[in-house]
Amino acid sequence: MNIAVNESEPLLIVEGLTKFFGRQIGCRDVSFSLHEGEVMAVVGESGSGKTTLLRLLSMQAEADAGRVLYRMRDGVTRDLATLGEAELRFLARTDWGFVHQDPALGLRMAVSGGANVGERLMAVGWRHYGNIREAATDWLSRVEIDTGRIDDRPTTYSGGMRQRLQIARNLVTQPRLVLMDEPTGGLDVSVQARLLDLLRNLVAVLKLSAVIVTHDLAVARLLSHRIMVMKGGEVIESGLTDQVLDDPRAPYTQLLVASILQP
Amino acid sequence: MNAPQNVPTYNFAYLDEQTKRMIRRAILKAVAIPGYQVPFASREMPMPYGWGTGGVQVTASILGPHDVLKVIDQGADDTTNAVSIRKFFQKTAGVKTTTRTREATVIQTRHRIPETPLTENQILVFQVPIPDPLRYLEPRETETRRMHALAEYGLMHVKLYEDIARHGQIATTYAYPVKVDGRYVMDPSPTPKFDNPKMDDCAALQLFGAGREKRIYAIPPHTRVVSLDFDDHPFERYRYDGTCALCGAKDSYLDEIVTDDRGSRMFVCSDTDYCEGRRSDSEKAGAPQAEART
Repeated sequence: MNIAVNESEPLLIVEGLTKFFGRQIGCRDVSFSLHEGEVMAVVGESGSGKTTLLRLLSMQAEADAGRVLYRMRDGVTRDLATLGEAELRFLARTDWGFVHQDPALGLRMAVSGGANVGERLMAVGWRHYGNIREAATDWLSRVEIDTGRIDDRPTTYSGGMRQRLQIARNLVTQPRLVLMDEPTGGLDVSVQARLLDLLRNLVAVLKLSAVIVTHDLAVARLLSHRIMVMKGGEVIESGLTDQVLDDPRAPYTQLLVASILQP
Repeated sequence: MNAPQNVPTYNFAYLDEQTKRMIRRAILKAVAIPGYQVPFASREMPMPYGWGTGGVQVTASILGPHDVLKVIDQGADDTTNAVSIRKFFQKTAGVKTTTRTREATVIQTRHRIPETPLTENQILVFQVPIPDPLRYLEPRETETRRMHALAEYGLMHVKLYEDIARHGQIATTYAYPVKVDGRYVMDPSPTPKFDNPKMDDCAALQLFGAGREKRIYAIPPHTRVVSLDFDDHPFERYRYDGTCALCGAKDSYLDEIVTDDRGSRMFVCSDTDYCEGRRSDSEKAGAPQAEART
């Protein structure tokens, strides 16, 4: 097998993904591909199908039509629908990350920060307390959480810290693909700025691929290479982030861009 | 003992034959898949939940007229729970009962495994309050079932990690999770972790019944049972470092008994039969009785 050829193949290929909720459209005929190290933002107003798309990608919901192909660590691209549940769950806790808008959904609030970061490691078979703790400490400092707080529960953390903890918890197994659902939602602007800075740094250093769902065009501009604009469950415009945001073609995108307040 | 007085209105051992049949099928399945929690249609028993309704149903289903029954509650044969369950089976099944571990063929227990090693001819029945070791870590039953099915047990170690992070050691002292036959993680019911090693390669069949939660699980004889731990924090048995004030045993699990209101206390074997056995042995041998009092 030629590794060089493989590297140029996309990590994630989405073909004609469609989901209906009864007569309601969740999303219709969404196709794109994502390469390693590439960050794509999905923007659009509430109800435009962004979150549905993310749930379909992470196999939390079943698509009515279309498929999701993923290049596994062994270099073979496989249709996710053909994977067994055990394989999918293993993939989800090693090779993928999922960052929820509400950190309480992605964290275990009843156990300490250190245990939250260590959980994935223990799930893949780490059985040495010292090593797990070392890895947890290392990751807490990488996401700028005071390592003295390692034994505190996330309930005692601030909103921004919780979100950073959630990111550390996801990245500890060095996933290749991270899906984020409004990672900066609900945070105040200065905390948002720090989080974005951190994310941008991590994505670059770890060469992560990411799909970021957001309604905040500033987040999209800062983090993503490419952008996809959704409305009513369909993709109405996509392209390079700067291109789309500086020169929007679809009327809806023009409206979106125009509705940002200029300070 | 008098002739068996089987109360005519009850079927042998209280439960009707169809119910026993259903429970035996669940037991067989549990034995076939060591450590797996088999659901069963638990019946209402004439005692409250938490008093051993699961254990009683299992015992009722496996009991034969020639069995000799022993019932233990916290190691003792003479506590309320043990006495009333023993009476219950005397009345409804007319079986012989005993307090001697060696003489019993069926032992129903709450919170302890006898100190005397068990044999192939014995069955140990545990009363279980919460059968799922993942229960307090993951509240969703649908999710814990899936985790068992896929052998996803990382979460169990999260609990042990929390113990060490908070207390410097694995502070779980009872209901200490074990892995049975290299597959299912199981809650050994609230026995002290001192008893965990006794489950490993045990000659007797061990059955677990949870009445309220409607689950039966089992460890067949001579099955590998490993207590979960970390490489750098290995599993350790715990017992109070002392000797029994009555029989002088240095190896048994001890109960602490407060003897007055000025802080005096004594430590005695929690397994009353083991303690009595040792005392009568030493009397026979003419050895002076141990008189350790702390």
